[in-house]
Amino acid sequence: MGGYTGEELTAIFLMQGFSGLSLFCVFLLMALGLAIIFGQMGVINMAHGEFLTLGAYITYLTSYLASDVWPFLLDYYFPVAIILAFLGTFILGYLVERFLIRFLYNRPLDTLLATWGLGLILQQIFRSVFGPREKSVVMPDWLMGSYQATDMVDIPLNGLMVVGITILLTIGVFILLYKSRWGIKVRATTQNRTMANAAGINTDRVDRLTFALGCGIAGVAGAAFTTIASTGPTTGSLYIVDTFLVVVFGGAASLLGTVASAFGIAQAQSILSFFLSGSMAKVITLMTVVIILMFRPQGLFASKVRR
Amino acid sequence: MLSTNDLRVSYGMSEVIHGVSLNVGENETLTIMGRNGMGKTTLFKSLIGVLPSQGRITLGDEDLSSTQPYQRVQKGIAYVPQGRLVFPTLTVEENIATGLEATGAKKIPTDIYDLFPVLHDMRHRKAGNLSGGQQQQLAIGRALAADPKVLLLDEPTEGIQPSIIKQLAKNLNEIKQMRKISIVVSEQVLSFAMAVADRVMVIEKGAIVHEEDGKTANQEEIARYLAV
Repeated sequence: MGGYTGEELTAIFLMQGFSGLSLFCVFLLMALGLAIIFGQMGVINMAHGEFLTLGAYITYLTSYLASDVWPFLLDYYFPVAIILAFLGTFILGYLVERFLIRFLYNRPLDTLLATWGLGLILQQIFRSVFGPREKSVVMPDWLMGSYQATDMVDIPLNGLMVVGITILLTIGVFILLYKSRWGIKVRATTQNRTMANAAGINTDRVDRLTFALGCGIAGVAGAAFTTIASTGPTTGSLYIVDTFLVVVFGGAASLLGTVASAFGIAQAQSILSFFLSGSMAKVITLMTVVIILMFRPQGLFASKVRR
Repeated sequence: MLSTNDLRVSYGMSEVIHGVSLNVGENETLTIMGRNGMGKTTLFKSLIGVLPSQGRITLGDEDLSSTQPYQRVQKGIAYVPQGRLVFPTLTVEENIATGLEATGAKKIPTDIYDLFPVLHDMRHRKAGNLSGGQQQQLAIGRALAADPKVLLLDEPTEGIQPSIIKQLAKNLNEIKQMRKISIVVSEQVLSFAMAVADRVMVIEKGAIVHEEDGKTANQEEIARYLAV
């Protein structure tokens, strides 16, 4: 590794590790919603990135209101923005399921095209409403600055915030899917929609709420995203391929797999991109994932049962 | 309890159930016999509502004809499909809990585990890892969790070894005793049918062609319908 001393290498790994951590958080936040929509329901939602963008724009609007109209609210807007971002994307997701996705279950190719088109429409709406230039939120004071761990290592507070949101949301989704009555309904419906209905579950309702919830989580991801980067009309679509990769690589129906694969892919990209160019890092990560998937098509953590 | 009037089911343009009218009495076991391809499964699917049908289906005084399957389960019909169709990656306990959705009950009725102790022992195992016979018990347990008035079982003996089939017949009679419910079961195994039936019907090419009392049934005649 071209002339670096051991000490320097450690420092590089640490630094890139931190930047990988925030990439990991963005991947995971987006992948959580997609793990529900694609991993559980099997719907290929190409517009998932746009739901993240929508959540980010809602956060931007909230911060705009807080900084320009009611400045005294600036310190408190962020939690409110998270809730609004969730509600906004949840409602849009509900409507999309009701009027589009519902007619396309078990037709993956049609779903892919329809949601891709939806993504383009949303992107253009964002461009028309907010303009093509990227928007940044006004951050409250308590999110500025950094926590000094040692002389060499600075951990930015907004990064910590994103890590915190990611952890909370992951635990929340886990409990919802695997420890709640609602989770049983979701998993039963997604395994066999007809039989779940015949067992007494209102599957139409489960589908609508599941899809809407996945979108709502993307909205929260968007809110978190605004604290580490600025938002443009195509922000979400930049991550959509990586996110699908994360969910597929982790094993479609496994949440633990999603976490592990988001971590692996984010860290690999981040560390490799220091030594090579960014695109080479991507090529190597993608190749590794593709090769592993050739031997394990069910992904890293598929649950083992007879089918 | 459960009645159909001139029930017709079609796949596309071809009608496969030609106007079946039947009536299941209270606390009665009705066995519907017939060879493969005669319409047993289609009939059952239309009774629970997985397949659309014409004609009337009523439970008590309520017309179920235009309702979705989950609504029929709420009204009191439970369905054990051919091939069992348990949810493989859900645990045994979670599989039974899916049936609770119809009633909104929080806890799994204890009589299900009394009936099938093996389900209690394996309640944390994934349902996909159970044997065929255990999965059949699980599918029945899931149906019973919905607290039905009428239990539909579509070929419960399919792919199950003879000693377990005997046990299953005993279980069905126990369920009828315990829950005071009606049971409709489709079957090809004559001995099993005779062990559970209060009344026997034979279905052939989508129509009921023969009906008699279960206790006094002429087994040879029914066997002739089943012979290829």
